[in-house]
Formats: sequence, structure tokens, C-alpha cells
Amino acid sequence: MAGRRLYGLMAEFDTPEALLYAARAAREEGYRKFDAYSPFGIEGLAEAVGFPKTRLPVLVFFGGLFGCCGGFFMQWWANVIGYPLNIGGKPYDSWPAFIPITFELTILCAALTTVIGMIALNGLPAPYHPAFNVPRFALASRDHFFLLIEAEDPKFDPKETQEFLEALHAQEVSEVEA
Amino acid sequence: MNDSPATVLSRIQQRSLGIGIVVSAICAWGAYVHWTRFLQAYLVAFFFWLNISLGCFAILMLQHMIKGRWGLVIRRSLEAGASTLPLMVLFFIPLLAGHARLYPPPPTTGFKAVYLNWPFFLGRAVFYFAVWVLMAWLLNKWSDDQDRTGDPVFQARLTRLSGPGLIIFGLTITFAAVDWVMSLETGFFSTIYGMIFMVAAALAAMAFITVMAMILARYKPLSEVATAERFHNYGNLLLVFVLLWAYLSFSQFLIIWAGNLQDEIPWYVSRAYGGWGVIALFLVLFHFAIPFVLLLNRPITKSSRALAGVAIALFIMGWVDLYWIIEPAFRPQGPQLSWMDIATPFGLGGLWMAVFLQKLRKRPLLPLHDPRFEEVLEYD
Repeated sequence: MAGRRLYGLMAEFDTPEALLYAARAAREEGYRKFDAYSPFGIEGLAEAVGFPKTRLPVLVFFGGLFGCCGGFFMQWWANVIGYPLNIGGKPYDSWPAFIPITFELTILCAALTTVIGMIALNGLPAPYHPAFNVPRFALASRDHFFLLIEAEDPKFDPKETQEFLEALHAQEVSEVEA
Repeated sequence: MNDSPATVLSRIQQRSLGIGIVVSAICAWGAYVHWTRFLQAYLVAFFFWLNISLGCFAILMLQHMIKGRWGLVIRRSLEAGASTLPLMVLFFIPLLAGHARLYPPPPTTGFKAVYLNWPFFLGRAVFYFAVWVLMAWLLNKWSDDQDRTGDPVFQARLTRLSGPGLIIFGLTITFAAVDWVMSLETGFFSTIYGMIFMVAAALAAMAFITVMAMILARYKPLSEVATAERFHNYGNLLLVFVLLWAYLSFSQFLIIWAGNLQDEIPWYVSRAYGGWGVIALFLVLFHFAIPFVLLLNRPITKSSRALAGVAIALFIMGWVDLYWIIEPAFRPQGPQLSWMDIATPFGLGGLWMAVFLQKLRKRPLLPLHDPRFEEVLEYD
């Protein structure tokens, strides 16, 4: 490890309860920059890690609003200015006829914003992440549970944090290269 | 919080009964003085409470089919709501008595002449009520048997009745809406009409049941199972019904507007301009746009008080919606509110609430042998 920067310390657990307990303990201990990895969702883990309140709903709202206004304007412009056609003697700006497409574009833009926004806010795509430098981390998508405390955390100290994680009955605590 | 639900419910029941008797007596005087105007106001009030009875009946069957945990907390309220259907038979009598005054004479030729004649109209009404009362009675009876014996056979029976029951509900309420409301304007017809009434019934009932759940969740035993998650479920159900109502109402409008045929279009011409147009805009805002935005917010749907506020607004808007659908048939030029329009829903509602609470008080507020019961206590 000589010469390489330390990204953090990773502790391995074999039950979801142990991980949840460790995450809560780390939070109580004062750690803030840490993350938990599990093959499936664990009730209460997001709160224990201190998951930030997501800005996604705001993005989705504006995505939907854009689709709504854009969809309506597109039809209004085409029917009133771009290519006015007399349909059944109705006025050019017959708004009731525009509603279905306005509605559908609202849903489409909101849905696309949700998916793309979710991926972007998650920091994806991420071609490189130091966590994968630990060979056993591949088990995070199988049947093992990991807690990674980053070296950037103000409370982080290689020796103390190592001892803290070992005291939580971690199966193994390994150093993560940056 | 020293009160028990039993004393709270009996207090509400006494007050409801008092209001019901006094206001009904005043309305009876109104009927004596101005029979036609009374009938017109009464039809809206009748449908307002019929919607809640039928909506409870339908959601009761729905939760027997889906078996979601959300059904447990409100099952007793839904059963009590469905058991008020015999009372609705009684409430229907003034409409039968004033039938000739209220409805225009049916056309003399064609299908409508055959369909809308008086004996057939009466026969169909008897049939709808017979089916509703019988099914609601069975749903309540088997639920009582389940409480008493704990035999799982009764849950199976309830589920077996609910599937076909929902289909029968859909058909009967469609025909009832055509017979009792659409026939006010014999020229008009729309095939979405029945579905609009179906959703209006479900929405009104869900709003009512949410308010009941908010009241009951303050006391034991419901306080233990009526969690924020449950109210979130009710908020989502309200949201679904609001969206469906808007979707169906707008579809009917769009199709008739695009077709622009002389049989159908007068129905919307009278409802979209002048005073009725203002009410239509009011409906778009307060029956769709604002509740829609509010019900999307998790902090609102997870708080029983905030959600009950939205539910009360939707409950009142249900009456406005019916008023806008029914009243322009009598006054196409614009709304003219009579004191009887306001009084009749309270008169019927007081009596309805008294019967509803009588039924609700008779049994434990949680169904004892519901298979969801242990599951809920274990996980929530």
C-alpha cells in the first residue's frame, strides 16, 4: 500500500441486521461520509446512512411542466400559425382537442426526467469507483453486506476507525485504495 | 384522549339524528309549499348519499378482492356504509311519488318510449335496490359469522361474492344513473356516463371513509394499526379516483365536443356557459387540479389531519359535481340556489349518519378473524 492514497476503510458483515446496526453506530459515533452496500433494500438503512433529501421531485415537476407547456404550444403553433386548417368548422385554437397530447407529453417528459434525473443524481455512469479495489466487494451483489467509511470524513483516523469497525463485529476490515 | 371511541361515536350519532330529524321536518314543509323545487333539490341530495352508500359497498368488495392491509382499518366503516342501503330505499320513495313532476314525459315512439315508461322504470328501480340490499346484507352477515366463529370459510365466501359483485355493481349503477339522472334530458346520451357515477361514488365514499378513519385512529384499538403508511394508502386511493374522475369527465366532454351533434351538444352548452360555466371551472380547479397537486405530496398524505382536510373538500365537491350534472336540466339558463338545495343533503345526511353509526357501534372496530389481522400487528 506504500505510496498509494487511502480512500477509506471497508468493513464486511454477513447479515443485514449487522450492517444496519453498524451504520447506526457509525452515525452516532459522528461519522458522516460513509456508505452502505447491500444486495437488497434494507428498511431503515437509508435513514441510518443519512440519505440526503432528494431533489428529484423538483426536477420531475419542471420536466412535467415543460412537457405540458411545450406540448400545448406545439399544437397551438401548428394549428393556428404554422398550418391553419379548417376542421369541422371549429376555431383554429380549439383547446379541447389539444388536451390528450398535452397530457401525454406531460407524462412522457416527467417520466424521462425521472429516469435520467435519477441516474444523474446517483452520479452514474461512474467508470471507476475505489470500492471495487477490494476483491471481496463483488459479494455485495450476492450475499454480503459492506460499510465503507471514507478517509475524507473529518473524524476519520486510520487506526481509530479500524478499531471502531472491528468492535462492531465486522468479519473483516480492509483498506480501500483510492 | 380520555374518551373511548364508543362515547365519541354515540355523541356524533345523537347530534346527527337531531340534525336529521329537524332539517328533514323543515324540508317536508318545503315539499308541501313547493313540491317541484323540493324534488329537484332532493334528487341531488339523494344521489349524494346514495353515492356514499354504493361507494362503501364497492370499495368493501374491492378490498375483499385485493386483500391489501389497508382494508383492515376501514373494513368496519365500509360494512356500515354498505348496510345503509335499505335506508336509501326509504329515501327513494319521494322520488317515486314525484316521478311525474320530476322527469319529462318519455318520447312516444322508438326505444326510449319502451324503456322509459313508468312500469318498467319502477320495475328496474325495485331490481337495483333488491340486488344492492341483498349483496350488502350478505357481505355484513358473513363478516359477522367470521367474527363469531373464526371459520376461514367465510373469508372465502366474501371473496367469491365480491368478484361477480363488482361487475353487478358496475352494471346496476350505470343503469340507475341512466334511469334516474340521464332521463331528465331525454335527448342526451353518453356511454361513459355510468362510469362517471361509479367513480364519483367511489371517490365520495373514500373521502368519507378517510375522515372516519382519522376520527377513529385517535383512539384504541385503531390507533395501533392506523399508521401513517395506511393514510398514505388512502391518499393514493383518493388520488386515483380524482384522476379517474377527471379522465372520464374530460373524455365525455371531448367526444361530445368533437362530434358536435344536436342531440348531445345542448347538454354541454347549458353547462359550459354563464353561471354553470363558472361552476364547471370551479370543478376543474377544486375537484381536480388542486386536490391532485395536494395528494401528490407525501407529507400531506402521511398526516391523517391534512389528508382528512383534503378529503372533506373532495366530499363537498362531490355534491357540487352532482349539482352541476343534475340541476342544469331544470334551469339551463343558470344556477338559482334554493335553501332546499342546501337543507336536503343535511336532512338526509343526519338520518344516514345515525343509521351508519348505529351499525358501526354494534361491532368491534377491528374485524377479529380477518387473516390480515395478525400480519398487520406483526409487521407494521
